[in-house]
Amino acid sequence: MSLIGVITIFALAVFVGFEVISKVPPILHTPLMSGSNAISGITLIGALLSAGGERTTLTLILGLIAIICATINVVGGFLVTHRMLDKFRKRGD
Amino acid sequence: MSETLTNYVYLIAAILFIVGLKGLSHPRTAVRGNLLGSVGMLLAVVVTLLSRQIVSYPVIIIGLLAGSAIGVLLALRIQMTAMPQLVGLFNGFGGAASVLVAGAVLIGVVNLASAGTPPPDLQFTIATAASGLIGAVTFWGSLIAFAKLQGIMTEKPLRYTGEQVVKVIVALAAVGAGIWVIFEPGRTELYWLLVGISSLLGVLLVIAIGGADMPIVIALLNSYSGIAAAATGFVLNNIVLIIAGSLVGASGIILTRIMCKAMNRSLANVLFGGVGAVVEQAEGEEDMYAGKVKSTSPEEVALVLQTARRVVIVPGYGMAVARAQTAVRQLTELLEKNGVEVEFGIHPVAGRMPGHMNVLLAEENIPYDKLKEMDQINPTFPSTDMAIVIGANDVVNPLARKASGTPIAGMPILDVDKAQTVVVIKRSLSPGFAGIPNPLFAADNTLMLFGDGKDAVEKLISAYKE
Repeated sequence: MSLIGVITIFALAVFVGFEVISKVPPILHTPLMSGSNAISGITLIGALLSAGGERTTLTLILGLIAIICATINVVGGFLVTHRMLDKFRKRGD
Repeated sequence: MSETLTNYVYLIAAILFIVGLKGLSHPRTAVRGNLLGSVGMLLAVVVTLLSRQIVSYPVIIIGLLAGSAIGVLLALRIQMTAMPQLVGLFNGFGGAASVLVAGAVLIGVVNLASAGTPPPDLQFTIATAASGLIGAVTFWGSLIAFAKLQGIMTEKPLRYTGEQVVKVIVALAAVGAGIWVIFEPGRTELYWLLVGISSLLGVLLVIAIGGADMPIVIALLNSYSGIAAAATGFVLNNIVLIIAGSLVGASGIILTRIMCKAMNRSLANVLFGGVGAVVEQAEGEEDMYAGKVKSTSPEEVALVLQTARRVVIVPGYGMAVARAQTAVRQLTELLEKNGVEVEFGIHPVAGRMPGHMNVLLAEENIPYDKLKEMDQINPTFPSTDMAIVIGANDVVNPLARKASGTPIAGMPILDVDKAQTVVVIKRSLSPGFAGIPNPLFAADNTLMLFGDGKDAVEKLISAYKE
């Protein structure tokens, strides 16, 4: 994809982010942080590509550590957010 | 799977992230929102594994299994009170992944370039430098934040002479190393030099920040981890990384702004020195408290509570430290059973991360509609019979209303002093994080209930029952 293409996507995504997040109420700030944190573990995709593609031993090791770090971020992040949000259900919901 | 198809699935994943984040804006839709986000992530991972670019699987599978096991273990075993440090830690892992991916891709590209393919373009080199810099700051900053919150390191800000100069020099050195990487991408050792300097910068930035400023730091690091992921997206020219990363970057920035506003401080002030640095005014403390502080007993408070019709509880970090939330919930239930209206007034920066108090109280099954924001609860204090402050200090300090003279001047506070009676549960008269005395403790309508938070509330419960 061309540079202007990716920059356009980037700029628009930032605005979408601002719009979507500014409506989150303070009581949900912690789950918002941990949930968005899990999404930032998207680097996992990059880690998979660099560990699974053409490689040398060095890039393989870097890729492996990156996969482990990013997976902890993703799996742990979504799970702990779920645990927290479960507590926010009203009594009797 | 063809690249076009892969990109379509990435687009679906990105849409799921946006819809998921939107779901987080209401307690009723939040669980589903989080699930949608995780489905998006799963889709993106699966489609990547099926793409032609992946030629070998064993290492990937080992990595995914190991990471999942650690992630599940951490997420399930963590106590709710330890949530700030866990979120901090997860942030750090995201940052580390960005550093490593950008590094691995750089090495790969350089190897290819020496084999005859054209050298990397400017987009690639700039993005690589940005990933290394921001990712390393995120990782080390998060580790320090974790150490501080976990109590491995002192929560006090570490300050030294020439601190600002040192930080500026290291920051400039990191940017300089980044520029060097951009112009000589072939020398991969420069990338690791950049990562090293940026790591030092991450440590220096967070080490100088004290416990009560942690909500801002955690929110900021959250934003950085997103920006680092977006930068890695530019390295790989991968749209899902760019979209997801920038969403998170934006969300972190918004939270950071909310936190700064709630403290009436600028971000620069938090990062480059501020509260806790110097306590100019120790004078006046004695006069302020002398002969005016009224110490009370659980029995006396219980007596006043008998006639109360509306009670507002204001929790702070001290409640978390004393693990008093269960006792607070029991007190709430008891009062409600006797027809008393009970609500919670929660300051945006109470605790060690945005929304910290809400999570603790929600875990106790206190319905979220009782957890009121500052703007909602403040107008109700004049019609409140008793405000119970437990483990909070600076966020209820009336000195903040004065325009200047204290580190908290201008910070919006909870107007507990407007309630008929204020009960402050606290171990002693010691100042809060801002290091200033609190005239609330000496106010005519304030009763001080000295003691451990949990113990005091439990005694109050048994006194009220009698």
